[in-house]
Amino acid sequence: MNQIDSIPRAKTQILLPPPFLRWFAEKGWQPRAHQLELLSRVQGGESMLLIAPTGAGKTLAGFLPSLVSLTERGKIPPGSAFTGIHTLYISPLKALAVDIERNLMKPVGDMGLPVRIENRTGDTPAAKRQRQKLNPPDILLTTPEQVALLLANGEAERFFKDLKYVVLDELHSLVTSKRGHLLSLGLARLRQLAPGMQAIGLSATVADPMDLQRWLAPQRAGENNHAGLITVTGGARPEISIMRTDERVPWAGHSAAYAIGDIYKAIGETRTTLLFVNTRSQAERVFQELWTINDDNLPIALHHGSLDVGQRRKVEAAMAENKLRAVVATSTLDLGIDWGDVDMVIHVGAPKGASRLAQRIGRANHRMDEPSRAILVPANRFEVMECQAALDANYIGAQDTPPVGKGALDVLAQHVLGMACAAPFDPLSLYTEITSAAPYAYLTWETFERIVDFVATGGYALRAYERYAKIRKTPEGFWRVSNPMVAQQYRLNVGTIIESPMLNVRMVKHNARGALGRGGMALGKVEEYFIEMLSPGDTFLFSGKVLRFEGIRESECLVSQGYKLDPKVPSYAGGKFPLSTYLAQQVRKMLADPSRHATLPDQVRDWLSLQKDLSMLPKEDELLIETFPRGSRHYMVIYAFEGRLAHQTLGMLLTRRLDRAGLKPLGFVATDYSLAIWALEDLGEAFTSGRPRLADLFDEDMLGDDLEAWLNESFLLKRTFRNCAVIAGLIDQRHPGKEKSGRQVTVSADLIYDVLRSHEPDHILLEATRNDASTGLLEIERLGDMLSRIKGHITHRPLDRISPLAVPVMLEIGKEAVNGDAQDFLLAEAADELFADVMATASP
Amino acid sequence: MHRIAHAISALPDNPALSARIVVNGVIGICDPLGGLYLPDLDILVVSDLHLEKGSAFARRGMMLPPYDTLATLRILDAVISRHNPKTVISLGDNFHDRVGSALMPELFRSMIETMARGREWVWINGNHDPDGTTALPGASMDELTHSGLIFRHEPALNASTGEIAGHLHPSATVRRREKYMRRACFATDGRRLIMPAFGVTTGGLDLRHQAMRGLFDHQTLVAHMLGRDRIYSVRFANLLG
Repeated sequence: MNQIDSIPRAKTQILLPPPFLRWFAEKGWQPRAHQLELLSRVQGGESMLLIAPTGAGKTLAGFLPSLVSLTERGKIPPGSAFTGIHTLYISPLKALAVDIERNLMKPVGDMGLPVRIENRTGDTPAAKRQRQKLNPPDILLTTPEQVALLLANGEAERFFKDLKYVVLDELHSLVTSKRGHLLSLGLARLRQLAPGMQAIGLSATVADPMDLQRWLAPQRAGENNHAGLITVTGGARPEISIMRTDERVPWAGHSAAYAIGDIYKAIGETRTTLLFVNTRSQAERVFQELWTINDDNLPIALHHGSLDVGQRRKVEAAMAENKLRAVVATSTLDLGIDWGDVDMVIHVGAPKGASRLAQRIGRANHRMDEPSRAILVPANRFEVMECQAALDANYIGAQDTPPVGKGALDVLAQHVLGMACAAPFDPLSLYTEITSAAPYAYLTWETFERIVDFVATGGYALRAYERYAKIRKTPEGFWRVSNPMVAQQYRLNVGTIIESPMLNVRMVKHNARGALGRGGMALGKVEEYFIEMLSPGDTFLFSGKVLRFEGIRESECLVSQGYKLDPKVPSYAGGKFPLSTYLAQQVRKMLADPSRHATLPDQVRDWLSLQKDLSMLPKEDELLIETFPRGSRHYMVIYAFEGRLAHQTLGMLLTRRLDRAGLKPLGFVATDYSLAIWALEDLGEAFTSGRPRLADLFDEDMLGDDLEAWLNESFLLKRTFRNCAVIAGLIDQRHPGKEKSGRQVTVSADLIYDVLRSHEPDHILLEATRNDASTGLLEIERLGDMLSRIKGHITHRPLDRISPLAVPVMLEIGKEAVNGDAQDFLLAEAADELFADVMATASP
Repeated sequence: MHRIAHAISALPDNPALSARIVVNGVIGICDPLGGLYLPDLDILVVSDLHLEKGSAFARRGMMLPPYDTLATLRILDAVISRHNPKTVISLGDNFHDRVGSALMPELFRSMIETMARGREWVWINGNHDPDGTTALPGASMDELTHSGLIFRHEPALNASTGEIAGHLHPSATVRRREKYMRRACFATDGRRLIMPAFGVTTGGLDLRHQAMRGLFDHQTLVAHMLGRDRIYSVRFANLLG
């Protein structure tokens, strides 16, 4: 719906100063209704949340109150007293802050406004940063980490005292992460430093706007504080289709290789295409396969977070100049960078969430009143259904963004240290300030005290480190840092994005004597653990090339051109989203309702009808479990549709229970849609005779002791612990002068975890780790919801052979990694079988 | 987890599968708890205890858990009880830094005194603690020669046969069905032996790392990897680099 025409001219003239009116008139534009409404409500003193689709002029709307206010204020005469910054703009991406500076300078220049705009990111030179502190710009464009750094500085009070507005861009993507938690604490502090400050949040459509409205306003017990809301609906409805193909859609896998020909054809028929995939390895694979068939030499580029920055900037520039026909990209492009004229979005693989799909499709066509075009390419048959469900969801505007969640304790520890670095703090007033941030409104005084204790001395029951305390209580009851080194250490460790150690990938050539040369082109970065698994001579796909691993030199991974066509694909961590609860429900609905199968491609329809004949289709509100023998093993397949992470947790817990029941489970594998467990004993027979009863097996009490017992030996917790320990400041992310030595980290978080867990299992950092794991990696809440939903609705279908619906998950068996206990088992197997040539293995 | 849990819960009579090795004609037993027992000499060798590592970091502002010394000493106590040796040799980097042994809490000091009662104890000096130990039983020295064996902290490049050293924290990786497992190990080619690091918060360095270059004859090199309750012995050629 376009609201442009409904603005009374008189209102515009009251709100906007003459330079703005002239500028709009010269451009032949009119301010949009939401821009003016936002302006007038902010001028009325409210904090505001603006929800609008891409192309609705959100950015200008967000800055309008600042620009008008600064125009009315006029230039500060030289020689005046120090004036702090007027407006702080915070974006999740460095690139976005830089992009906005460009886009904002243009109208400000055209209108001749007396406004100084600068950006400040990790890349800003030290001299410029220093100057910004002495002579702040009017509008500062920056990132959450920089805000934390500025706030931890002794000059923060002066720097922010004149702050009027904080503009928070892409707020929906910020608030659900630990970066959002850190930023919410920063916002609470800004409110202390500049009590009249107003927040303006800019967001794409979200499931629950009130979450964000509260986030923008100070929370106090017994009060219902929240920002005002303006929602811009509409834009033209996107045209989305699922790629039709004559090829056979595979049962399992994620490569979508079958559809490459069709994708290539679609690129050829459009001017500029954005190709989204879910993971970096998928991006590499799709890019390579497109070039294999690129007979017309279409300019097709690759863009993902691991590539060298220089290469990424080149791709972005070429895209902005419309020199490219297609870019294969991962989520690095999800956010609102301006990408020139994209005609079409092709989404390879299922989108995993309806909101995510809507945001990605929004990339095509930045003009709000023209429809976006998008094609979904499912990679396997379950994804066909998921795509269809997402498509239906997008049409009805469904939203499944995750909730904001409770603020993390490791982030809180970082913030507390930062506040001590800024100035000595009174614990009670800091507590009051912290709990005014929505994510931390839940925080008890007792937990806050434990965090302060942790920051001071590590918070150990054995009070061994009092004499080394980082912060100390003064006789007046204030906490202050013990020495200047503490502040330096804080500055080096600020932030919540913890990367696993990365190695530069550098291309080298063999010289005439066969030795490796030096200094070829840098291709990007790859996780150290991946490289550690390679032996010289192994090939892998990176930066769109097949590379041969040559070796590691210092912190670089040396590679040469590989000539094999069948590379090992980098198995990067990250980038894989689990299926959203909402979409899972839609897939269940679709499966259960044969009348909706008509919209699906023939081969998928045939597959489902075969399933109906040979077994049954799971009903929407029931849990279908099939059991069948295969080879010398017995399988159970559980169609839970709760996403890979929740299934993995369920698999861990069920195998424990099956083990106790004497059914000898051997392993399990989880996909987004189902979970397969295999065992030595006849599972079907056991369930039929009620030993154990399925209702008992799936009882919610598995989330009690079984979960606790499993967590205690799970390696997942170690990975989570490492992140928490770095964010909380227990382990340094970087050391002064040793930044490049990710490989030489002097302490191993795994070992620290083991020691801490065996000696102080209720330590606050272990509590933070468990909180993190249960919401993140383990999706325990989601599993709990499912267990209570399926109570009394479990259907067991014993079969004498594998069912059609079970084929995809069965194909995944053998690809999964084992962890924890199974490692020792495999070690034994390795030592006993594979390496039978072992020397003496005598008894003691 | 394995060594810590093990040492706290199931000792000392839990039978463990160790590996028998020979270095320069002297028989040794590699214990999965990380110690090397030489039965003919009645000597137990451990290396790189890195005691008081937590507090060494705390002094520099990183408040690592103060429990590492206790955990390491418990395992040491367990392995000493199992073999009841006449002599204990600790091969250097006994403490994480120079002041570690002087500042060590009384509780830990008395644990070591109890373990050392009725035995000889030799502290070989390491690069982390070159000045020797303070107020602890036993003698500090840079190296020790005994019955054809040389005990020192850092392996010497041109050492004669029979060197038992530490310093490098050797570890090894095996691959099995596309899974990778990395463990600390005793590394020996029959001429020299390098001990795994004994301290609970000490990391490992892969046997294929360039720091290990030139130390072993790869034809006869075997990694005796520390498993939960046994040693897994794997030839160098079958390890992953």
